[in-house]
Amino acid sequence: MLRDAGLVAAKDLRVELRSRVATNQVVPFAVLVLILFAFALDPDRGILGRAAAGLFWVTVLFSAVLAIQRSFAIEADDDARDSLRLSGLDGAGVFLGKAAAVALELLMLEAVLAVGVVVLYDVSLHDGALLVLVCLLATVGIAASGIVYGVVAAGLRVSDTLLPLLVLPVLAPVLLAATRASEAALATVPGDAWPWVRLLAVFATIYTVFGVVAFGPLLEEA
Amino acid sequence: MGLIVRFRSAVSLLGRFPALAGVDLDVGAEEVVLLHGPNGAGKTTLLRACAGLVAIGAGEAQVLGHDLRHDRRGVRRRVGLLGHASGLYDDLTVEDNLRFSARAAGHPASAADAAMTRLGLDGRLRQVRVGRLSAGQRRRTAIATVVARRPELWLLDEPHAGLDAGGRDLLDTLVGEAVSNGATVVLASHELERANGLATRRLLVAGGRVVDGLLGADRSDQPDGAENKADQADGPVKQAEHVA
Repeated sequence: MLRDAGLVAAKDLRVELRSRVATNQVVPFAVLVLILFAFALDPDRGILGRAAAGLFWVTVLFSAVLAIQRSFAIEADDDARDSLRLSGLDGAGVFLGKAAAVALELLMLEAVLAVGVVVLYDVSLHDGALLVLVCLLATVGIAASGIVYGVVAAGLRVSDTLLPLLVLPVLAPVLLAATRASEAALATVPGDAWPWVRLLAVFATIYTVFGVVAFGPLLEEA
Repeated sequence: MGLIVRFRSAVSLLGRFPALAGVDLDVGAEEVVLLHGPNGAGKTTLLRACAGLVAIGAGEAQVLGHDLRHDRRGVRRRVGLLGHASGLYDDLTVEDNLRFSARAAGHPASAADAAMTRLGLDGRLRQVRVGRLSAGQRRRTAIATVVARRPELWLLDEPHAGLDAGGRDLLDTLVGEAVSNGATVVLASHELERANGLATRRLLVAGGRVVDGLLGADRSDQPDGAENKADQADGPVKQAEHVA
């Protein structure tokens, strides 16, 4: 399973490296959203600083939808999905590989966005280790659940518009928990981060286990 | 030698349409079986069923000892399917695609290198993205992915389509080599003159069923009669009702 996961992750990342869709489209899109938030919420009134964590994670979620769609769009080219099924790769391995590739892309995006938040929203870091932990757990949860719902939508003609409707409501707990925990890490709003960190860990675990079990059968139906 | 493919009254529904309406088919080891028949007869679905990509709803279906009613995934690593689509990743190079395919099937990267050399894809083409290849080069790459997987059962759907004369000759040679190395081949083709040269047995498919089989010795004198028989066969829905 892990060998298959490594193969699929390497393949997906190589596709992104060669096509440059992530670097030329997804990252600029995310930065643009951050800038638009800055235009909409006047920095002088202090709203941006207080809402920085929430705006950061909303931007990550929107970008994640693009990354997940992209992960399945590459399998739609010239019946590559059939090729993937015919490859004999373990369904759980395909799930873990795809989720790992999306998670890695999102972590790199989050690093860029974090710099953007500091520069554009004028916030400072209070607890860097906590923020890294929050990013890791939230990203695993987003990637795992996104790949599960991505394969559900993949076989449908309306998959591009259906995926955000499926995945964004599911990710509401991640948005809430990641925002609250990040606020504590940024010290923009005081509070205890650990209950939210635990919620992120539970969410990531549930969807990772569910994906390992269910992805193979879901891919068969896609 | 045992049977590589064994179907008995196998039915497969695409939605409510019975794409396979009670197929009976035996294919022995190291045979080259040609499926022919009119468009929509079920040839492609039959090949995809052999690859474990299409569910069998009723009847019996065994490929390489795997019961496809209960386990369609197990057989996939052991078969190679060349379909109408290439199944390649446009953004990856020829080498990337072949290495992924070979390694997914459990073979080392050297299997991909050997397939590239055999198909004339080494040199400059090796590092070209598949999306930039011509249709013929793309077809050669798709054939190379089958070769790199070293399958026990080759499933070829219109394999000569899109290939130049050299490519067609090479494909015929590859099929011959595969059989001499112990593989079995089932191919579907409308190019009977070309495919007859490869086949040891020819089967007529119509209305989602195998309706006639001619032994190699008899095949040359009845192609037109066989096609007429296909035209006269019952429609697929009626056939499915009969099976049910």
